[in-house]
Formats: sequence, C-alpha cells, structure tokens
Amino acid sequence: MTKTEKTTEFTSMSARRRTGNIIAYIVLILMSIIWLFPFFGLVLQSFRSYSAEYGGMVDYLMPHRFSLDNYRFLFTGETNFIKWYGNTLTIAFFVALFQTIIVLCVSYALSRMRFKGRTALMRFWLILGMFPGFLTMICLYFLLKQFGLTQAGAVPGLILVSIASSGMGYYVCKGYFDTIPKALDEAARIDGASRAQIMFQMIIPLSKPIIIYTALVAFMAPWCDYVFASYVAFGHDESYNVAVAMTRWVWTNDYQGYFTRFCAGGVLVAIPVTILFMALQKYYVEGVTGGAVKG
Amino acid sequence: MANSNTADTAVTKTNPVAAFFSALGSNFREIGTTFAKGDWRTKLSYLIMGFGPLLRGQIAKGLGYLIAEGMFLWYMIGFGAQYISKFSTLGTVETQKIHRKTVYGDNSFLILLFSILTIVIICALILLWRMNIRENFIEEKRLREGKPLETNRHFLTSFLDGNFDKTLLALPVLGIFMFTVLPIIFMICIAFTNYDKSHQSPTHLFTWVGLENFRNLFSFGSNGFASTFGTVLTWTLVWAFFATFTTYFLGMAVAMLINKKGIRFKKLWRTILVVTIAVPQFVSLLYVAKMFAGDGLVNGYLLKWGVISQPIPFWTNPTLSKIMIVLINIWIGIPYMMLIATGLLMNIPSDLYESARIDGASPWQMFWSITLPYMLFVTGPYLLTSFTGNLNNFNVIYLLTQGGPTSGRLTGNAGYTDLLVTWLYKMTVTATNYKMAAVIGIMVFLVTAVISLIVYNMLPSVKDEEGFQ
Repeated sequence: MTKTEKTTEFTSMSARRRTGNIIAYIVLILMSIIWLFPFFGLVLQSFRSYSAEYGGMVDYLMPHRFSLDNYRFLFTGETNFIKWYGNTLTIAFFVALFQTIIVLCVSYALSRMRFKGRTALMRFWLILGMFPGFLTMICLYFLLKQFGLTQAGAVPGLILVSIASSGMGYYVCKGYFDTIPKALDEAARIDGASRAQIMFQMIIPLSKPIIIYTALVAFMAPWCDYVFASYVAFGHDESYNVAVAMTRWVWTNDYQGYFTRFCAGGVLVAIPVTILFMALQKYYVEGVTGGAVKG
Repeated sequence: MANSNTADTAVTKTNPVAAFFSALGSNFREIGTTFAKGDWRTKLSYLIMGFGPLLRGQIAKGLGYLIAEGMFLWYMIGFGAQYISKFSTLGTVETQKIHRKTVYGDNSFLILLFSILTIVIICALILLWRMNIRENFIEEKRLREGKPLETNRHFLTSFLDGNFDKTLLALPVLGIFMFTVLPIIFMICIAFTNYDKSHQSPTHLFTWVGLENFRNLFSFGSNGFASTFGTVLTWTLVWAFFATFTTYFLGMAVAMLINKKGIRFKKLWRTILVVTIAVPQFVSLLYVAKMFAGDGLVNGYLLKWGVISQPIPFWTNPTLSKIMIVLINIWIGIPYMMLIATGLLMNIPSDLYESARIDGASPWQMFWSITLPYMLFVTGPYLLTSFTGNLNNFNVIYLLTQGGPTSGRLTGNAGYTDLLVTWLYKMTVTATNYKMAAVIGIMVFLVTAVISLIVYNMLPSVKDEEGFQ
C-alpha cells in the first residue's frame, strides 16, 4: 500500500466517522427533545392561569398568562395537599429505613451463612414472587382492618405492608455481599469475632453503595403507589398519598379545571424526587447493573 | 419439610416421594425409641414441652418450649378452635334482622382466614414438639456419654454468632408469612368458594364450591369467561414480548450510541434520558396519557396545523392504543436498559474488536458476533425478570388506559389493553368478583411460573457457566 493510498483511506475513514457522529448527535438531540418534552409541557401548563384561562385540557402549550394560581390552590387549604405530601413523605421515609435494614439482614444471612433450609427458603420466596401482588389485596385489607390500620390508619398500615414483605427483595444486595471475599470473614473469625460483629463492623461499612441503592429504590416506590394505597385508604381523604389523591383529579375532575392543578402538584412531587435521584444516580447505576447481571 | 437429617444419607438420590416417606418413617422411629429409652423427664416432655431441658438446667431452651406450648393452648382455646371447627362449611348461621336490629351470624371471611392461620400454627407446634423431643434425646445422650450440656449463656450468645441467621431471618420470615404467604393461601382457597358481590361477608355467607370457578373461566357460555380470558391472556403475552424486546434492543442501541468514540457530553445525554426513571410514574404517565387524549395537546396541534381533520383516537381505538402503550413504554424503559448496557459494554475486551477489525469485519458483523452474544449471555437473567415483570406491569397500562377501550364483547369489565393483572385489579375493586379474581391470580402465577421455568433452562448462562469467563 503506497503512502497516498493510505492517507486517502485515512481521510475517508475519518470523514465517515464524522458523518457517523453527526447522525449520532442528531439522534441524541431528537431523543432528548422527546424525553424532555412532556416534562417541559407539565411545567408550562402548571403555570397556566386558572382565573383567566381554562384549567382543563387545552390545545396549546404556552399559557397565555403565567400565574401561580394552581400552586396557590394547593396550599390555601381548599385541599389536603400538604397532608397528602406529608403522608407520602412519611411512608417513603419509614419504608426506606426499615426496608433497608431488613434487606441487609436477609442478604447477610443468605450470603454469609450456611444453614439448613437455606436453598429451600430462597426457592420458596422465588415461587412466592410469581404470584401477582394484587391477588392478596382483599385479604391484606381485612388483615389490616383487624388492627385498625385502614382508612384513618392507612399510613401506618401501608408502611407495615411494605416493610413486612420486603425480605423477598434481597437479590441485588445479596449479589453485592457475595462479591466481598469470604476470606475476610474467616480472618475475622480466627481473631474471635462473632457473626454479628463481622456483619456490623466489616460487611456493612463496606456496603455503602448498595445500602444507598436499596434505600433510594425503597424511598421512590411509595411516590407511585396507587393501587394498594387507594384500596386501603378508600374514602378517607386525609390518608391519601399524592398518587391516589392526584390521580383522581386527572381521571374524574380534569374537565372541572383540575388538570393544571394536577400539573402543579406533579411538579412539586417530581422536583425533590428527581433531585434526590440525580444526586444518587451513581449508586443507582451500580445497583441495577449488578442486579441485572446476577439476575 | 420434616427433619430429614436423620435419613438424608441413604435417600439423597432416590425420588423425592420415597425420600419423604423414608424420612417420616425414621422420624417416627426416633420419636418412639426416645420415649421408650428416655428417663421420666424425657417422657414427661412429650406432654409438657421443655420439661426435660428445664430440669436438666437448660433454663433458656426449656422456658422457650414451655412458653410456646402455653401460648399455643391459649390461642387454641380462646381463638383458634371456634374458627377451625367451622372450616368445612365456612359458617352456617346467617346474619338476620330481628326487630330492626342486625344480629350478625358467622363471618365466612374470618372463618377461612383464621382457620388457615390455625392450621399453620398447629403445623408449627408439631414441628416444635418434634424439636423438643430431639433436644431431650441429645441431652440424654450427652449426659450418658459424660459430656457437659451447653450452658444457657452459650446458647443465648449463639444467636449473635452460630445461630445469627435465625436472629436475622426471624422478623423477615414472620413478616412474609403474615403478609404474603397467609394471604396467598387464603386467596387460593377463595378460588374454590363462591365469594363475590352477592356473598359478601359479614352480612352473607360464602361456601366451598369446588372447581366451579375454574370451569367458569374456561366456559364459552354467555356467562363464561373463556373468550375474554383468551383475549386478555393473548394481549398480556404479546405486550410482555414487545415491551421486553423493544426496550432491550433500543436501550442497548442507545447505550452504544452514547459510548461511541467521538461523542461528547456522554454524561449529559445519559442524565437527560434517566429523567423518566426519576420522575414518579404517576406524574409522567398520566401527563403523557392526557397529552394524547382526544382533546389533548397532540391532537390539538395536529388539528390546528391542518394535518388531520378528526382527532386521532389514540386511546379509543384498540389497536392504536396498544401501539401507543408499547411506544410510551419505550420512553419509560429505554433508560433502564441503557444504564445496564453502558457498564456491560465497557467490560467487553477491546482486543476482541481490534482483531475483528483487522480481519475486516464490518461494524454490523462485530455487533452480531461479539456484542450481542456477550450481552445476551450476561443479561439473560435480566431479560427473564424483565419479561415476567412486564407480564405484571400494572403501572404503565393502568395509568395510561386503565385497560380501556372497554367493550361489551368482553366480560368482567375487561378492556382491550387489560393485562391479566389489571383485569384482576378491576375484578377486585370494581366488580368485587373476588372468586374470579382469585382464579385469574392463580392463572397469572401459572403463566409466570411456566415461562420462567422454560426460559430459565434455555438461558446460556445456566447451561454453560464457563462461557465468556
């Protein structure tokens, strides 16, 4: 191959790469627009004036007049919005806290210890996971009702149900524990450490990423919990979470002008959750990647 | 389930039924010989659990057994017995109105629920009783051999060391039992009863009906569910297939696009895409659903610009709404796969690509024979969980269409985009047809289990653990 041939080949290759990159950029920009457009629309419509314009569905994006009508509506006591927000936050906080503790306990036991019935337990939980969650809704409702944890007591009831079954979601965390070398445990045991000491002083400090991942996922789930929350809190407005309360606005009241109010509430719900997620994104990626590979 | 450790050496390779009975047999033999050869403490332990250990100084264990037995008796006499005695009929006393006052009769719901609880508690006690006998057996053997018994202190601290697994798992297992296992057993039982709108407890009784509900599910009569079940099941499978594979391949493609050499702001692109994971789905999906509604933004602009003269029936045309759901699911689902694929693609050794390039392979060939096999191998389990997850993907369907458009041709309030789970939900909440909801729930379980079993055995990472490593 002569020198000129080589350079022409080189230039053609870099030219091809450049056109390839331009196409890639175009695709990425188009995708970004599609991905962000609904959120852009959500924010814009939340600022549409309720008094001067219509609050329901309209066929234009830009509000004719920007106003804070909808936000004001949420906070002036006409609705229990603050209560709903507080409920959701309470549920999310406690579920994140206790679910993380339980998942850590289960994962440590299943990853580090060998006991009779270990594989049987794992297989049993795997099979249980194949039953659809909503199947047991009526039964759970009546169970909670026995303890007075429905309607007025729906918030602690929802926390209890979420925590109670969280032991089955150990897969990602156990997978992470499995990657911590067993030799560490053995060395500590020779030094006279008990199993509990190994867990609290060695494994847990090493597992910061997976703890954050578990807590983050647990914290985000209650913000979308519509199904069970609506069933347990049925008819008791003060025990609703944001998803249950605001879904109502879209499905039954949107023509009464509640659509823009839903947008305003949606913005207020989405902002803190999104910021939290973005701040902890690194740990989330680590968790889902590890979880996907191990199954 | 029973203590198979006494017999497991001999029967590990034989069939499970034979193994079970052999273990059962040796258990009974041990119970008998322990009684015959044991001293009076052991013999009394058969009646008063923990009696032997208590007298031998094993206070902690002995008290544990004794308290367990006491609580069991207290539960059975005060609570369990009255329910379990009505288990076979689920109650016979109707609620009546006497002189304008409602006199409540039997509550079938609670009878069934607490009967199941009682049965499980009885089984647990039998297991504990068996452990108590074994404990006596071991203690007597040690004493006969002149060895000291375990100290109480040692026994208690073992729950932080050798028995730490029991400490860790006690609460999770109890929680799962109360709020997952017990309700599932209960609902499986409901599938064999006539619990529905006209048999609501506590005002009405319901009772066992055998396989009638299953017959109803598979019957094509005017009240039968068979044709609707067929429609819903087909769409569930079609949906799960498309939802899984579109997001899988497109997500991988996007990851490769962003990973491409020469593309800048990689982090920015990824951050933009993961917004759909971060924002709670009830906000994003409800907004998007409204965007495509008949009076929504998309139709509004298209009408205004004169592209169409009639609003496009995104959510009222069955076929169109199915397509829309799959498309919008791509919007939600690509970022997950992109995040997963990004990390994995970087793990592929670059010299594989280098040598392929020297051999003159095209990018397409490289993808087809290096990237794809690697990804399929590594993410096989993810594909399976994602498929079964989509079979039960309640949020996307329900927030977008609530299962609609509905049709008079479908029974049980079902719509054309209903999955089995959303149908189950409607059956429970709107139609309060609990018996059929339970039957559908069992069907969902069967579909998930069968698919999982088949696919799991097809996975390359299961068949060949060493490949690619």
